[in-house]
Amino acid sequence: MLVFIIRRLMQAVVVMVVMSALVFGGIYLVGNPVTMLISDQASEAERLAVIRDLGLDQPVWQQYLTFVGKAVVGEFGKSFRAGEPAMQLIFQHMPATIELALVAMLLAVLVGVPLGMYAGLRPDSLRARGIMTVSILGFSLPTFWVGLMLIMLFAVALPEWIPGWPRLPSSGRGPTVDILGLKLSIFTAQGWLHLLLPAATLALAKGALIIRLTRAATREVLPMDYVKFARAKGLSERRIVGVHVLKNIAIPIATVTGLELGQVIAFAVVTETIFSWPGMGKLLIDSILLLDRPVVVAYLVVIVFFLVMLNLVVDILYSVLDPRVRLEAQGR
Amino acid sequence: MSDAASPTLELADLKTHFFTRDGVVRSVDGVDLQVGAGEVLGLVGESGSGKSVTGFSILGLIDPPGRIVGGQVLYRGEDLVQASSARLRALRGRNIAMVFQDPMMTLNPVLRVDTQMIEAIRAHEAVDDATARRRAVAALTQVGIPSPEARLRSYPHQFSGGMRQRVAIAIALLNKPDLIIADEPTTALDVTIQGQILFEMRKLCQETGTALIWITHDLAVVAGLADRIAVMYAGRVVEHGATAEILERPRHPYTHGLIGSVPTRGHRGQALFQIPGMAPSPLRLPQGCAFQPRCTRAVAACAAMPDLQEIAPAHQARCWNPVP
Amino acid sequence: MTDAAADNMPPGAGRAAPAVETPWRRFMADFCANRLALFGLVLVIVVAAAALLAPWLAPQNPYDIAKLDIFDSKMPPGSASSDGTLTYWLGTDGQARDMLSAMMYGMRVSLLVGAVSVVVALAIGTVVGLTAAFFGGRVDAFLMRCVDIQLSFPAILVALILLAVLGQGVDKVLYALIAVQWAYFARAARAAALVEREKEYVEAARCLALPRRRILWRHLLPNCLPPLIVIATVEVAHAIALEATLSFLGLGVPVTEPSLGKLIANGFEFLMAGKYWIALFPGLALAMALIGINLVGDHLRDILNPRNAR
Repeated sequence: MLVFIIRRLMQAVVVMVVMSALVFGGIYLVGNPVTMLISDQASEAERLAVIRDLGLDQPVWQQYLTFVGKAVVGEFGKSFRAGEPAMQLIFQHMPATIELALVAMLLAVLVGVPLGMYAGLRPDSLRARGIMTVSILGFSLPTFWVGLMLIMLFAVALPEWIPGWPRLPSSGRGPTVDILGLKLSIFTAQGWLHLLLPAATLALAKGALIIRLTRAATREVLPMDYVKFARAKGLSERRIVGVHVLKNIAIPIATVTGLELGQVIAFAVVTETIFSWPGMGKLLIDSILLLDRPVVVAYLVVIVFFLVMLNLVVDILYSVLDPRVRLEAQGR
Repeated sequence: MSDAASPTLELADLKTHFFTRDGVVRSVDGVDLQVGAGEVLGLVGESGSGKSVTGFSILGLIDPPGRIVGGQVLYRGEDLVQASSARLRALRGRNIAMVFQDPMMTLNPVLRVDTQMIEAIRAHEAVDDATARRRAVAALTQVGIPSPEARLRSYPHQFSGGMRQRVAIAIALLNKPDLIIADEPTTALDVTIQGQILFEMRKLCQETGTALIWITHDLAVVAGLADRIAVMYAGRVVEHGATAEILERPRHPYTHGLIGSVPTRGHRGQALFQIPGMAPSPLRLPQGCAFQPRCTRAVAACAAMPDLQEIAPAHQARCWNPVP
Repeated sequence: MTDAAADNMPPGAGRAAPAVETPWRRFMADFCANRLALFGLVLVIVVAAAALLAPWLAPQNPYDIAKLDIFDSKMPPGSASSDGTLTYWLGTDGQARDMLSAMMYGMRVSLLVGAVSVVVALAIGTVVGLTAAFFGGRVDAFLMRCVDIQLSFPAILVALILLAVLGQGVDKVLYALIAVQWAYFARAARAAALVEREKEYVEAARCLALPRRRILWRHLLPNCLPPLIVIATVEVAHAIALEATLSFLGLGVPVTEPSLGKLIANGFEFLMAGKYWIALFPGLALAMALIGINLVGDHLRDILNPRNAR
């Protein structure tokens, strides 16, 4: 197991190095950063000073090493816009995004797994067909449009048409509570109301994916001999589905859910923009549009690190869940 | 011979058909069988003959597009075809147990052996964990698994194929059933392990008075095990009788061919008999006797389906022109 | 499979069709058997026709600024234009463009971007995938490691960053979409080629000492195409949705050539004011296109997947 983790860690380091080179190459070498950093009115002397300050007069490999050295300690310079260190900005905005992503993923799993299992258990029933059709809608419709429609429906149309219909908030996080220094919305009723629409928007596509995955996995497991054998043992349908089938499909579902968490955090970029959710996704879009390079770079490095770690954790989780893999790893 | 007055299980004109998109497959098409306490019935046939479907039909374990379309499955006089699903569930594993063909696939790979054994007990009896565990250990000991307490905590993939089949048999024995249906349980195993398991199963049935239906494609396997043999071809029993009688004096040309195609020492150097042609597609069975196109003894009468008739004392064959 | 299953499903009962049924007929029959898939196909045809024939069908040329009357902006559906010459069936947007016309032209951009990016990505991915599968060893390891790394990052982020670096424009969007899509095709092509490589006909071609290149392109490629085409169908929908998302975020196509996503983005600001039509209708059109493509692709996958054959 330890060997397995060490090997995966080394792969993760390789990926980090490759990605840092790409980020560095993409952001620092394409286009001239100086023109972006210095106003047009700056004198030649000022220009040279800035170039020296940024180390742009040094060879590329040295610039890269400097970049990596600073990145390791989380130093990406100050945001042009906010004047604060970029890393600090990212960390300020991170809890909001993680909270949103986790709630969305939870929602997707809680809705997707039961529906998917139902559709897998009775594939020819009318309801199962309905579920599958809706799931096609779920992943066909682009996230941003779903968000707009939810706003239109729950924040504009329904409260107008039906008197007394509560108007769901469509912007911001609502009141937050400090838990261990993190600002979180999930501990107030207002916070939950604010979370509802953005989380539902994010959850829809992922829920559709989980429905399809669960259904496929269920259909793959059902014809297995061990399910038939469980029936031959006289087990109740509930135990067969709830233990024998669920435990087997849990492995792919958990793996995919873990990996998709990265996707959700990435897609939060869109959702946060629509719902003015003050997370790091909105921060990224604002920074891109305003050419706030240090923040963009800091975001990229953080997200790459996060995704690499997520992959690693999912791999380990997978081996913990599947006894076959687990013992093989121990044997090595 | 079985006590014909009160057989443990009796199949009467059982029909199980599969409604595929290409047509109806009559996998089991009018099977009559019975088996009594302590008796071993060998159900022999090649793949596609309907022998496994017969086994699964008894427990009502036929998945769509298949279903039982006619006949009766009488367990101690109770018709299981008409039984509610709750009643069937109560009987499965408690009164009638089953052992499957492939031991690598019968145990759930992500559940420990103890979970899979204890749940089989608790599905039928409200016993506490410790009692159930004790019974699981006893069952594992019974089938000859060394250090059963420790093995209980293992996962299936930590066992060899033979050991897994022993675990599956132990699970079948847990609730002391009256009838065990064994669907080719030794086919996937080494010959030596096959022999051990056959011997042990035989002993267990004699000791406990359990009736056993042993499904196989291999006549040699049931030769030393079964009291009676029923041979199936294309969904029907074509010959039925005491094991020695069938093996020594097969009357149906198909059985005759089957026995003739088994290599023996007496045959050394001679060509083995081969049944000509191939098993017919179950979608387009020939009119009348299904074996007729491959049969060397076919006569005009074979265009009509013969009945299973008494051809000698306690020996029936479904043939117009049986081997003398 | 157990013996029981073998008993249930005799050879010939499952996949193999009776002799009179050609694979193509069976495919068509299978496809038409699913009404949802047919509905999807109809949607795709309608949407594609509306886009292709926009210059002839659209009531107005939304790119012709001279034709736009600023007093007609943000008019609700069904209003008549102030010069009385046409009815805005779906209303007008903030720049007084007839929504219906703008949507038809927007669909052109969306479909063009989706189709072109997928075709190019398919070509690149297939070459990479086949190369990896055919040569194996280090070439394979290197190429697939690149694919793995690429695929472990969310498409939207890769596209966002590329566009942030490249800037705006339809061509830039195409580059970004191709960059995020080729890896899917490479992986799928490799997987298909690995299966095909082991088959007898490739062996036979090798025995004939045909040149490698010929085996690769004339023998392997045609047999790897069916699964790739299924993926390509669904990827067109992905590409269109991604382009719409990027445009919505302000990083996609320029305002002068609004795709559906851009139109929706323009309508966003008026949404809270109750002027729903500017964002709603282009969104519905987009949804129609995506749902149609996905219904067709989903069903194609079901039919062509041998595992699902009944």
